[in-house]
Amino acid sequence: MAVFPHTLSSRLLTGWVGGCVWYLERRAILESPHKFMHLFRNVNKQWITFQHFNFLKRMYVTQVNRILNQQVKPKPEPVASPFFEKMSSGEAKAEIDEMKSLSSPSLSLSRKPSEKELIEVESASVIESSVDVGKEAKEEKQWKEMKLHLDDLPGILARLSKIKLTALVVSTTSAGFALAPGPFDWPCFLLASLGTGLASCAANSINQFFEVPFDSNMNRTKNRPLVRGQISPLLAVSFAACCAVPGVALLTWGVNPLTGALGIFNIFLYTCCYTPLKRMSIANTWVGAVVGAVPPVMGWTAATGSLDAGALLLGGILYSWQFPHFNALSWGLREDYSRGGYCMMSVTHPGLCRRVALRHCLALVGLCVAAPVLDVTTWAFPVVSLPINLYISYLGFRFYKDADRKSSRKLFFCSLWHLPLLLLLMLTCKRRPGKDGDKEDAQS
Amino acid sequence: MAALRSGPKALRSPLCRGFAGGGSRLAPERRAERRDAAPGGASRFCPPRKSRHDWIGPPDKHSNLRPVHFYIPENESSLEQKLRELRQETQAWNQQFWANQNLSFSKEKEAFIQARLQARGLGLGAESGPKATLSAEDMADFYKEFLSKNFQKHMCYNRDWYKRNFAITFIMGRVALQRIWNKLRQKPKRTSC
Repeated sequence: MAVFPHTLSSRLLTGWVGGCVWYLERRAILESPHKFMHLFRNVNKQWITFQHFNFLKRMYVTQVNRILNQQVKPKPEPVASPFFEKMSSGEAKAEIDEMKSLSSPSLSLSRKPSEKELIEVESASVIESSVDVGKEAKEEKQWKEMKLHLDDLPGILARLSKIKLTALVVSTTSAGFALAPGPFDWPCFLLASLGTGLASCAANSINQFFEVPFDSNMNRTKNRPLVRGQISPLLAVSFAACCAVPGVALLTWGVNPLTGALGIFNIFLYTCCYTPLKRMSIANTWVGAVVGAVPPVMGWTAATGSLDAGALLLGGILYSWQFPHFNALSWGLREDYSRGGYCMMSVTHPGLCRRVALRHCLALVGLCVAAPVLDVTTWAFPVVSLPINLYISYLGFRFYKDADRKSSRKLFFCSLWHLPLLLLLMLTCKRRPGKDGDKEDAQS
Repeated sequence: MAALRSGPKALRSPLCRGFAGGGSRLAPERRAERRDAAPGGASRFCPPRKSRHDWIGPPDKHSNLRPVHFYIPENESSLEQKLRELRQETQAWNQQFWANQNLSFSKEKEAFIQARLQARGLGLGAESGPKATLSAEDMADFYKEFLSKNFQKHMCYNRDWYKRNFAITFIMGRVALQRIWNKLRQKPKRTSC
């Protein structure tokens, strides 16, 4: 499971110098049609949103009455078909807007888009002649030697191991460690964090190793190191082994065998169950939720050495959180999933997708109430966490009802800040021996 | 899947001083400098003469996969040759699958949109124009249908892909070990290379 910060995607228009386009709200800007296709209009809540484009490709989505429209007929070449994702620049910093591929309902169009269309076609024909020559030269330049430069290696390995996701996983482990009862043991904490981080790096690398052709075909993942040929599969596997072995060894002998066992189990679950299952059945989401839930449990077992109720509660909270997070994210990726052959609820069982997300938002409320019952936190915790839990439940409900891009985005972004905040609140409300509920948390 | 590809396309490339892949058309001295296995089909690229590595290109417009130009060293061992051929074959197989997949997706999507719009009466209503559109929910029906239609195909592909991936990586490992072993054997003899 991964957490993805929102970014804009870059598309390329053939043979053309692009400009940056920003998503603007409630602003009317009209520029005359020049080389750059900046055209914003806001008339009666109507707008035209451009994706960030550069060079070779462009794709746009028109928004009418707050609903997105996708064109039926692709524009004449070289203007790229909106349905078809072609990538011609290896240099493109492809960042992702997960929501962009959605199309939307409406036969109602305004004259604004058609005006824009005219402008585009004009410019398209002007540049078409220069396209071919430019294209070939450009294509030549895009070939890269598959030679590994040691300077690049740290960056490549960071991307291979999904370092940001790993950092998030390690932080949930740390939260689990900090929430566990007992005195805070720094060496154990550091070993547990390092071991978990290494295990996560290994698992992520193997995941990328398995998924090269699929990653190539999805916007979100097309710039990964193995896809771009920056590293060989052999090196990726070797790196994974070099992370997994010390990581698990550290957890088993540096912390305790239970934590080590959980580490190996999680690596196995992620690489050998979740990854292949993604293409076979929607059950992958549940398996993936368990994968996300295990790290805080590992943190807890590292501190206490046993799998008690508090550990399971923490795991339960992370487990439930995965659903609104992932289901909302996957709502905007339906086209990519369908084309790539991924079995996701958002594609095959959209109703279930939204129901499950809502169900687990509500479950979070319940789990937060269970925290003081199990002596993990004081009773202040369910009270102070109620506002954010209600808010995410409300967004989950909106997503359930509206089932559109806007509500899925809101839910997704809410989940990104909801989890860290929830964990922080848990830490501040931790039940300490002697019931000093207001003591500052020394670890953070 | 010929190891060396000849063709006029390679000669057209302005960057190509040493030809890659068109053995039969070249003077022998050029041929010796670099031998390559070009990816099948449309690539016009030839790597620079002095390079002794593979080259990877931009994503293919149909399959989104990046083609690789394989470098063929002069003293290529049989294991290295086996690896290269496996990689080339896998590349071609992947290319074919994904190009086909993406093209059929695109076609079926268009057909679906047309059919739906016609079912609703294209051209109906004051605001519709040449760009009538479909909602996300309508498209969702298509995505679901497409996914289930291609499910079996994907199962077979997945199985084959995993097998090939493991095989390639395993042989890569063996080649790497072989090279290390050769280097270690040569060192004490102090042969000049």
